[in-house]
Amino acid sequence: MDVNQLQRGWYKYLTTLFKEGILDDQYKQLQQLQDESTPNFVLEVVSLFFDDSQKIIYELERALSQPLVDYKVIDAYVHQLKGSSSSVGAYKVKEVCVKFRESCENQNKEGCTIAMQNLKHEFSRVKHNLQYLFELEQQILSAGGSIPTIML
Amino acid sequence: MAISSRKTKLVALVVDDNKIMRNHHVKLLMKLQVEAWDAKNGKEAVNFIETGEEFDLILMDKVMPVMDGVEATRLLREMGVTTMIVGLGSLLSEEEKQAFMEAGGDDILEKPLSHPKLVSILREVDNTF
Repeated sequence: MDVNQLQRGWYKYLTTLFKEGILDDQYKQLQQLQDESTPNFVLEVVSLFFDDSQKIIYELERALSQPLVDYKVIDAYVHQLKGSSSSVGAYKVKEVCVKFRESCENQNKEGCTIAMQNLKHEFSRVKHNLQYLFELEQQILSAGGSIPTIML
Repeated sequence: MAISSRKTKLVALVVDDNKIMRNHHVKLLMKLQVEAWDAKNGKEAVNFIETGEEFDLILMDKVMPVMDGVEATRLLREMGVTTMIVGLGSLLSEEEKQAFMEAGGDDILEKPLSHPKLVSILREVDNTF
């Protein structure tokens, strides 16, 4: 495939992620912060988000499986995840976190369990999507092209 | 002859417990040629000031462990700090916003900040920015 074709494919994929609300404008902000001095900025931030979230999800599952659920602990973890997801523009993950915190405030165990399932689902989706997007970017770079600038 | 005391570079302090959010704001400031320091909670921010550091702008997250943004802002004002302090939070209620403003904050905004939003804040700090 030639570079133009790869770039079009990348753009189409990215546009779909915005349209489906998986990513929001904050992701574009992140891309605009990337420059010659930090060419891997987005990848680094997003990788940090993946690792951090994975750990938090693990801790959340553990906290939720306790016989006596400590909603304060859960709320603190979800708060962290909400901050991280909004700083990378992972919109759906952020949305789930908002609902999760509501259930936490109401000490609603069932609501928390549902939110937990949704969280795992949305997190693995955005992770998969972004990893694929980065793969497409690698292909463009290997073919000698550059990643097009996305307009805000 | 008076020597101009105007610094060539603005210096900002980013206070946030979330590493990714903190990184984002630091990077955004650096991109705007602003020197950026960071602190993980209100206590660390207060410590910086106690050791004599001076800032032109403080971006203060509201919800943080150890010492939150409201308490840190109140302490900083009590210490005589006149630096512009902008509180940051997400989906804050009116009461939460009011608590921050009453503690001595200059403004409270949704995080993460965008590039244009940060530029307008920096222009309030320095109209030549």
